[in-house]
Amino acid sequence: MALKGLDIFKLIPKTHSNCKECGFPTCMAFSMKVAQGGAEITKCPYVEADVLEKIAESTAPPMKSLAVKLGADEGKIGGETVLFRHEKTFVSKTLYAFTLNASDSDEAIDAAIKQNVSVDYTRIGERMYAEFAHVSSPDGTNLTPLAVKAAALGRGVIVSTRNYDAAKSAVAAIADSKPILNGADKDNFEQFSALATEHGILLGVNAPNLEEMYELVEKLEKLGNKNLVLTVDTGNIKTAYEMVVQIRRTALMGGDRVFGYPTIVNVAGLTGGDPALQSALASLFTVKYGSILLLDKMDYATALPLYGLRQNLFTDPQKPMRQEVGIYPMNKGAENDPCFVTVDFALTYFVVSAELERSGVPLNLLICDAGGYSVLTSWAAGKFSASSIAKFVTEEVESKIKSRTLVLPGKVAVLKGELEAKLPDWKILVGPNEAVALVKYARELVGA
Amino acid sequence: MPFKKPAPKPGAAINEVVLGTGENAVKLGGESVLPFYGFDAEIANTTKIGIEVADVEFEDAVPGIAVLYAGATNAAERVVRAAGVPGVDFVCLRFESADPSGADTSAEDCAAVAKSAFDALAGAKPLVILGSKNNEKDAQIFDKIAAALQGGNVLFVSAKEENYKTVAASAGLAYGQKISPESAVDINLAKQLNVLITQMGVDAKNLVMNVGSAAAGYGFEYVISTIDRIKGAAMSQNDATLSMPIFTPISTETWAVKESTASEADMPDWGSVEDRGVSMEIQTAVAVIASGSNAVMLRHPASIAAVSKLVNALA
Ligand code: SF4
Repeated sequence: MALKGLDIFKLIPKTHSNCKECGFPTCMAFSMKVAQGGAEITKCPYVEADVLEKIAESTAPPMKSLAVKLGADEGKIGGETVLFRHEKTFVSKTLYAFTLNASDSDEAIDAAIKQNVSVDYTRIGERMYAEFAHVSSPDGTNLTPLAVKAAALGRGVIVSTRNYDAAKSAVAAIADSKPILNGADKDNFEQFSALATEHGILLGVNAPNLEEMYELVEKLEKLGNKNLVLTVDTGNIKTAYEMVVQIRRTALMGGDRVFGYPTIVNVAGLTGGDPALQSALASLFTVKYGSILLLDKMDYATALPLYGLRQNLFTDPQKPMRQEVGIYPMNKGAENDPCFVTVDFALTYFVVSAELERSGVPLNLLICDAGGYSVLTSWAAGKFSASSIAKFVTEEVESKIKSRTLVLPGKVAVLKGELEAKLPDWKILVGPNEAVALVKYARELVGA
Repeated sequence: MPFKKPAPKPGAAINEVVLGTGENAVKLGGESVLPFYGFDAEIANTTKIGIEVADVEFEDAVPGIAVLYAGATNAAERVVRAAGVPGVDFVCLRFESADPSGADTSAEDCAAVAKSAFDALAGAKPLVILGSKNNEKDAQIFDKIAAALQGGNVLFVSAKEENYKTVAASAGLAYGQKISPESAVDINLAKQLNVLITQMGVDAKNLVMNVGSAAAGYGFEYVISTIDRIKGAAMSQNDATLSMPIFTPISTETWAVKESTASEADMPDWGSVEDRGVSMEIQTAVAVIASGSNAVMLRHPASIAAVSKLVNALA
């Protein structure tokens, strides 16, 4: 339960009342600030240690933000403060794992590894790949050799088993990789918790429903373990959805920190091996609150939309996404192919580049610095003008491109005359108002 | 302490809108909680799936779509095939050839095609009509088609800022059809169009909003946030000017992006074009459905199968 300012005030000893050492005029002013999360309780030197802990806990964010090791890199999960992205940015993007089953043959496992790690590419400056390899052996058979294989793949490892001895051996064998140990349940949780604590790793908590999950988390917290991830592994789509949504809501709306942990969703356990259903579920649990998704596999068909979706979802709603300024050849456009210019607002870039690509016409798309705004907004703000376009063209484009044909967005047709004066060598054309008309326009331009 | 489920109060209900007539009519909306939050309150109607058919054959159709329509010689035959695809709740006939910068099919000819498709369907599934995205021309074809399909309770997509007056006056008022105000991820415009159209005398219960669409990865966050905010306003703040159900045409966006069109020769690592296109269509659809879209338009039978499987599992 969150403490109010008055509750905190009562916990501050009255021995040094209003001494101002905390930087606030009174103990009460300080207490109010702490309750709002605007000051650290440790700033008052007179609060007792056990009280400190109690207060620190109650003023902590509602959902824990936990670090995860991803090979040489580090990632984080959790730490969300809102249920909808327009309220405030979603901070920790959903991470994905492909699954390796210990019951499969060595050949099948090696083939799966080869296929899964082949999906690795860059989309708008971000590396896209499955951040985790998930090794699964419910009864523990062959777990350690598989975990060792997974740890060599240069990404995070999630070890799933219910067998303590197998877990102990596997986790010890790849201790440096700091795997997530997924498998604590109502029967084994004491041993599993001790093992995870010993290695300083995250523990995945498994329970079939919300009530039992809640009870189990309380027991683990009582053991002093708060390095937890809540694993939703129900084999039933409806229950899984309810659990993931309710865990997040309980923490954020109800302020109940027992569920203030990130989640792992075992999507592979819901697909029945159907790749189309995997696509559907991956999208569902990315939009609705999954922190790590365990997938059957990561292939390009799954990845291309999924990483695009994630990249869109986990952006700051206040800040427009910007496309990097530069020359983008489309359809193998070369130096003699015509140039189409537009602004660096990512949405504009996406729509325009998709249409130009669809035209099949080789050309160059020029992305101008327009402050990350749309064509009309940046034009109105003076950020997309004849001068700014001319400057970009003379400084960046003329040395690289031989074509002297430049197509303007139809919405800024007014710039044509001024631009012709500033760029006398260029033939300035006015393109269509709407991006959808670009396909036809581009084809007609080159007489295709 | 035992677990206490958060139990937020259900909000104001979204309008329930009926498409089509008779026993195969389809109901959109009516819910008062977020999608599939059946644990908060009972949900009146499940999410509905429409299949996209064009009045001309699809360019470069992938095998699963080509096979579905193989041998069909006209729009009416294609519409009947589409209606038979498992998981389909309604059929969307899109008049691509009406585009003045394309074949420029006349409004009368469009109406004749629409009538033949409607008759061929024989009430098996409700019909939705989409235009060519040319505002002026769409207003003309909608007028003729709405007249030809009078009594069919057909949805017309879309009525935009530029042509809503004509579309609302003809399809909406003169012929009593359903219409879909389109607002390109702009909640204020969505509200404004709803207000203006209802002020013209169209019943709010005859409106299904099209609040904008994009493929996943292509500025899609605007679509999600617009739907989130509209549902929030309608349900939590009881804003009746935004309580129309939402229809999102997915397929026209997803089948145009490079993930769904780049050839295997150009992108050897990426694998089958068809698998990529289907996955893009599924993921985009599920994301808008999870945010609150009451109906979607899809093109590929495999996407329809997967989305309908998920919707049924969550219902
Ligand atoms: S340092 Fe502690 S005792 Fe002193 S004013 Fe601040 S809160 Fe009160």
